[in-house]
Amino acid sequence: MAVTLKINGTPHEVDVDGDIPLLWVLRDILGMTGTKFGCGQALCGACTVHVDGQPVRSCQTPVDSVGDSAVTTIEAIGQTPQGATLQKAWLELEVVQCGYCQSGQIMSAAALLRDTPKPTDDDIDAAMSGNVCRCGTYQRIRAAIHKAAA
Amino acid sequence: MPDGIHTLDRRGFLKVGAAVGGGLALTVALPPSLRPALAAAEASGYAPNAFIRIDRQGLVTLVIPSAEMGQGIYTAEAMLLAEELEVGLDQVRLEHSPPDDALYANPLIGAQLTGGSTSIRGFWTPLRQAGAVARTLLVAAAAKQWGVDPSTLKAQLGKVTDGKRSLGYGELADAAAALPAPDPKSVALKDPKDFTIIGKPAKRLDTPGKVNGTAEFGIDTKLPGMKVAAIAISPVLGGKPKTVDEAAAMAVKGVRQVVRTDEAVAVVADHLGAAKKGLEAAAVQWDDGPNAHVSSADIVHALEEESKTPGVIARNDGDPGKTLSGAAQRLDAIYQVPFLAHATMEPMNCTVHVQKDSCEIWVGTQVPTMAQAVAAQVAGLPKEKVQVHNHLLGGGFGRRLEVDGIARAVAVAKQVDGPVKVVYSREEDIQHDMYRPYYYDRFSAGLDAEGRPVAWTHRIAGSSIMARYFPAGFKDGVDADAVEAAAEPPYAFENIRVEYVRVEPQGVPTSWWRGVGPTHNVFVVESFIDELAAAAKQDPVEYRKALLGHNPRALGVLTLAAEKAGWGQPLPKGRGRGVSVQFAFGSYVSQVAEVEVAADGSVKVHRIVCAVDCGLTVNPDTIEAQAQGGALFGLTAVLHGAITFQNGRVEQANFDTYLPMRIDEAPVIETHIVKSSEAPGGIGETATAAVSAAVTNAVFAATGKRIRTLPIDTDLLKSSS
Repeated sequence: MAVTLKINGTPHEVDVDGDIPLLWVLRDILGMTGTKFGCGQALCGACTVHVDGQPVRSCQTPVDSVGDSAVTTIEAIGQTPQGATLQKAWLELEVVQCGYCQSGQIMSAAALLRDTPKPTDDDIDAAMSGNVCRCGTYQRIRAAIHKAAA
Repeated sequence: MPDGIHTLDRRGFLKVGAAVGGGLALTVALPPSLRPALAAAEASGYAPNAFIRIDRQGLVTLVIPSAEMGQGIYTAEAMLLAEELEVGLDQVRLEHSPPDDALYANPLIGAQLTGGSTSIRGFWTPLRQAGAVARTLLVAAAAKQWGVDPSTLKAQLGKVTDGKRSLGYGELADAAAALPAPDPKSVALKDPKDFTIIGKPAKRLDTPGKVNGTAEFGIDTKLPGMKVAAIAISPVLGGKPKTVDEAAAMAVKGVRQVVRTDEAVAVVADHLGAAKKGLEAAAVQWDDGPNAHVSSADIVHALEEESKTPGVIARNDGDPGKTLSGAAQRLDAIYQVPFLAHATMEPMNCTVHVQKDSCEIWVGTQVPTMAQAVAAQVAGLPKEKVQVHNHLLGGGFGRRLEVDGIARAVAVAKQVDGPVKVVYSREEDIQHDMYRPYYYDRFSAGLDAEGRPVAWTHRIAGSSIMARYFPAGFKDGVDADAVEAAAEPPYAFENIRVEYVRVEPQGVPTSWWRGVGPTHNVFVVESFIDELAAAAKQDPVEYRKALLGHNPRALGVLTLAAEKAGWGQPLPKGRGRGVSVQFAFGSYVSQVAEVEVAADGSVKVHRIVCAVDCGLTVNPDTIEAQAQGGALFGLTAVLHGAITFQNGRVEQANFDTYLPMRIDEAPVIETHIVKSSEAPGGIGETATAAVSAAVTNAVFAATGKRIRTLPIDTDLLKSSS
């Protein structure tokens, strides 16, 4: 079925089965590879995007559930105030190691800061514990979120 | 020096030293056939060696020999080159090195391999020499042009100046290229006190693209006409696909082809969503083959039985048998650590384009030349016909030292017309890993009347990775990695015997895992020494100090970690502190962990203090990052990590059954770096090795219960009340 997805402000028409996860449309059809595949089961958060501002795991989001909603990915999150501040803090505090999970980390953090501009450590735990980092950058992620919120 | 990779490395160094030296010498031409881009640059600029190119516009390209998997090596190796080349880090661009052992082998290993925390140790001198040779020639070219003595000139930030005028490196490139090259060993290197880049915290060069989605990992490869494939590999090692419903798979929209190999089925499609759906529809049935009955229980039983008889001696000093029988107090203990998967965040993947007489692969690998060799072998082509495009790695941890995934991808791609990207699901990634070996350790020790150790015996049983991967590291029946940090613990033991019993688990492939031998051995040695301290009724830090009088750097990190952690200060009920100290990978590390054990037995690690003496530092910020990340990688395994087998199959599948540490579990980690002028040591794996015993010793301090099997079984820690 042909669906039109609004991604980062631009409409894209794609012809796939409606149950295909948004992740594969982004990565394999539209070539937007900033959104990562980590687990396929919404267990790691690497594929986090925003749908109408809400963080969702795109590996478990069928395209036919997206409808007219606005999809925002890591490629465009820097155009939001939270995204830009977080990216800056991420680099200033040198959060990143391998970097593979960081797109998802930043997407989750951006949603957190939009709803909770001054998060506590508990807020951060609640919002970020769905995002796995095997390199162990959590301490700096926490610090960078606080820095971006400051 | 510990044994293991570096023992082998020193031997390898003699073998390849000439080749690497030659590679740095300007007389060795770069093989242009392998790198068209490089050949073009040579024609229009200056490529003094395999690591540096300068074009006429002054653009400096550094070709980094090691693989970047998060450890910060692209920045650190660029710092070594830039320091002597006299360019700023903001003036360089980086390139992945193409596969070439002659040009890019780590001198400590003798191959183009990133592992064993050897990169800085191996390249510390060669990369500075490479930078210095290039700078020397650029200065000489300027001196010639101005008709002055080179010693009157200075190179700085990509320019040569005499104080009044200056010439950019781009302007000097052609002239420098025409000059005869000095022997790299003859070029004077900077005194460390004059370093302007090395030793100062530097911003990483690979990170900007990693926060905005533009960084390219192997899995992000995009090629015209490329298809993607989902793969199902026989769930039992050695099994084969029996039935495949190809028609059902082909009926899925977007599916293009179903491919069978000896051990796997791949569904090739326009996108991975269709490929996965098609693979599910294919409903593959398997012939499990000879390993259908493999189980963890049988594997552990075999280790237990085979470790009852003496192994091959890895070390024997004094007469531990005699002193043990005459000791005032005797201790015996058995320790066990499980199989572990790597679970890199980027699942295994490889993009391959096989054509009639060529093969190209796009992948993130720690071993580009091994990748090239295996692709050539599977494709049935000579190595020269295989091009490897390396990428940033979405985690390595040793997983990408293996090329099994590349071989599987090429086997699929051979049957596909056009490029195909083969991507493991997370389940395939965890269930078709090559696992950290299960080790089974038997200890005995004797204490004299004052509690001092008079006998120490340690028998290690487990599979040999060296025998398969680096046969030279498996000598006279001893696996140098399996006994690393056990055969030479930091302590002064007059009577010590360490033995190795090789036991290969049927149906389970084993391999390197972050921290390699020391991750296992530091846990068991530092736990058992803690048992000795407890039996002697002495403080664990003081007990260790008394055995480290001959080892000032180990004593130094132990003292520093204890002091920074507030060792000895009172803690609330239910909390305890534990310590570990190690020498591994050429560096000294000590950690103090502070844990809390709840009534339900759950363990919360609040804080880890890490003291590091890794000699001269390159990028201190990266050392801190590695101390944090390395510790969490090890801590994840201590708390959660175990791969088990039943009916030949791995019982874990995804992050709900093979649990990663999450942010709400992660302790605060404080890192203290000892200022040192010693030769640089490794760092990436040190904290992983150090953390297990620090945590379990803290659990003992909190509860009086000794953890001898990992991961921690919280049932054993439940309070009786």
